[in-house]
Amino acid sequence: MRELCAVKRQEPLGWGSCLIFLAALTLAFSFSGMLLAMGGKPALGGLWLLVHSAFGSGFALEDCLVKAVPIFLCATGVGLTFRLQIWNIGAEGQFALGAVGATWMALTFPAWPWYALLPAMLACASLAGALWGAIPALLRLKLGANEIIVTLMLNYVGILVLEYLVYGVWKDPGSFGFPMTSEFVPAAVVGRIGDTRLNWGLALCLVAGGCMSVFLRFTRLGYELRACGENVRAARSARMPYAGLVVTVMVVSGALSGWAGFLESSAILGRLQPSIMSGYGYTAIVVAWLANLRPLVIAVASFLLAGLRVGMETLQLDLQVPASFGSIMEGFVLLAILSGGFFSRYRLQWRTRG
Amino acid sequence: MRKSILLVFIALLALGSTCFAEDLKVGFVYVSPVGDAGYSYAHDQGRLAVEAMDGVTTSFVESVAEGQDSERVILNMARKGYDVIFATSYGYMDPMLKVAKDFPKVTFMHCSGYKNAPNMANYFGRIYQARYLTGMVAGAMTKSKTLGYVAALPIPEVIRGINAFALGAQAVNPDVQVRVVWTKTWYDPATEKEAAKSLLDVGCDVIAQHQDSPGPQEAAQERGAYSIGYNTDMSSFAPKSHLTSAVWNWGPFYKEMVQQIKDGTWKSQFYWYGLDKGIVDIAPFGPMVPGDVQKKVLAKKLEIASGAYKVFSGPIRDQAGKEKVAAGAVMSDADLLGFNWFVQGVVGTLE
Repeated sequence: MRELCAVKRQEPLGWGSCLIFLAALTLAFSFSGMLLAMGGKPALGGLWLLVHSAFGSGFALEDCLVKAVPIFLCATGVGLTFRLQIWNIGAEGQFALGAVGATWMALTFPAWPWYALLPAMLACASLAGALWGAIPALLRLKLGANEIIVTLMLNYVGILVLEYLVYGVWKDPGSFGFPMTSEFVPAAVVGRIGDTRLNWGLALCLVAGGCMSVFLRFTRLGYELRACGENVRAARSARMPYAGLVVTVMVVSGALSGWAGFLESSAILGRLQPSIMSGYGYTAIVVAWLANLRPLVIAVASFLLAGLRVGMETLQLDLQVPASFGSIMEGFVLLAILSGGFFSRYRLQWRTRG
Repeated sequence: MRKSILLVFIALLALGSTCFAEDLKVGFVYVSPVGDAGYSYAHDQGRLAVEAMDGVTTSFVESVAEGQDSERVILNMARKGYDVIFATSYGYMDPMLKVAKDFPKVTFMHCSGYKNAPNMANYFGRIYQARYLTGMVAGAMTKSKTLGYVAALPIPEVIRGINAFALGAQAVNPDVQVRVVWTKTWYDPATEKEAAKSLLDVGCDVIAQHQDSPGPQEAAQERGAYSIGYNTDMSSFAPKSHLTSAVWNWGPFYKEMVQQIKDGTWKSQFYWYGLDKGIVDIAPFGPMVPGDVQKKVLAKKLEIASGAYKVFSGPIRDQAGKEKVAAGAVMSDADLLGFNWFVQGVVGTLE
């Protein structure tokens, strides 16, 4: 009797994995196209419109980059913790705390010049985000508390802290009771790059991505991190500092999400309000997995996912496709690429059972 | 000869393009999906009324998050040549203002906020008038004299609605209490249903709500209590418990605005219409509402619509019993827009 079974590949697939990736993407797009056709919309035209309105013009590219910034920062952070097999799903809460930290600075020292205020806001956001990341790390090491649960719960706490402040002490007296802080002074707003809609937060992304790549590839700690992620017991018996690494990755991850919170409040909204929370922390998890946890690929994946979301808006506007189509398509893409990952690690072959 | 034919042809073309001017493009931005039978659904019904006008085409983007996303969506509409843009959630205010500055020829209409520009107006409806009427119904139907209110977020719009509801109930049943639970959501069926259950647990026998989901209606029906809907007629979700709903009717207003823009008579101002223009109303009564209650409520509706009765006229006391509005005085629109205290008889905090 012949049966199909999966055999682990001995050699890495190399360029073949690119092929698998393209095949997965094609599959996801075909399903999405079919869905469009079922809804009575032009399938090919719709997909072309989606791609064109996401990447087809200078405006569109700017929009995608702006939207990709917070996703990239959060995803780089969670990707780092996933490397160590620490499942930090708390980027959302760390993002909230980062925004709170930056806002505290902006509201407390409005008279400072921008060259003092902006770095201070960044530092304060990093600190607040890092603190929110350190709590689950310490709880895990000292009490053995599962970091998945703790980070998830801290998301709710973090958002409530933000809301408490915005509905309470930080509420702008001139806002007719709406929950928002007063607008930041100009010195507290991260500026735009030239005439574009891009802001200098993009530079922070370059710094974060570059440092992360170098750290993972060329430093001893980075090597130890990758080793611990592959096999904790082996790494421990090689006397690698597992506990220190857990705290480090959680602190760095929290700080990066904090940066995202700082940029969203300062560069995008120019104040703090509850609607700053739009799920980037959760999107980041998806992106990190899509990118197989590699920093440079995370950059590309954030940009593409941002493009999908930006393009969906035009698809809605021009073809009146429901918004949920975007979520479904996102799901298709994720599912196809993750299952594609299976084929780059295993190959199928027929085996005769006797 | 040939040249003159060409000239005539060009002249005809020019004439044609002025006679058959391009349709006015009108875009709508919604905070939730239009299929939610709630707030965005009500706005979209208004859009459909505009779509039916001559020389107008419309489109919309739904489920747009407030903040970064909304600015991009509004900007995208302006770039794509939309002539009028309606943004229907308060969090779209600052993003819209930013875009409005860069597109002086586009008309921007923001719902439920307070900032404006020469080409950006604000509008909203006095839904509190309808809420007062639904409060009268609830006050007449309650036996436990405790009404439950599943509230969305502690912002003036919601607080105003709760207060109007309480005043309406007290007008027919002076000892009535209104218990408030905040869900901090606009659309979350499970959370909102649970909140309604918690109110039913403490003895409320009529449930009112501010969110888009029918969750609270279902909770009331399951426990054999009564319910008051919001946004649209919610009777189909809970036919046994649904007394009436405070409903939006945006069609006439949107048509009026678009017509004014076409005619060039539009002005940037704050439009705040109510029962007088039919922007807000109450849904048909459920069969359990007695005839005399219906009659009383409809009489009050006429009084409010004609301007003879103002919902927030004194004396009005706050929760502590302190007189906030003296007898004979009426709260100003500015006070209503910044409402941040509860009237006497409301049980709950503003957090």
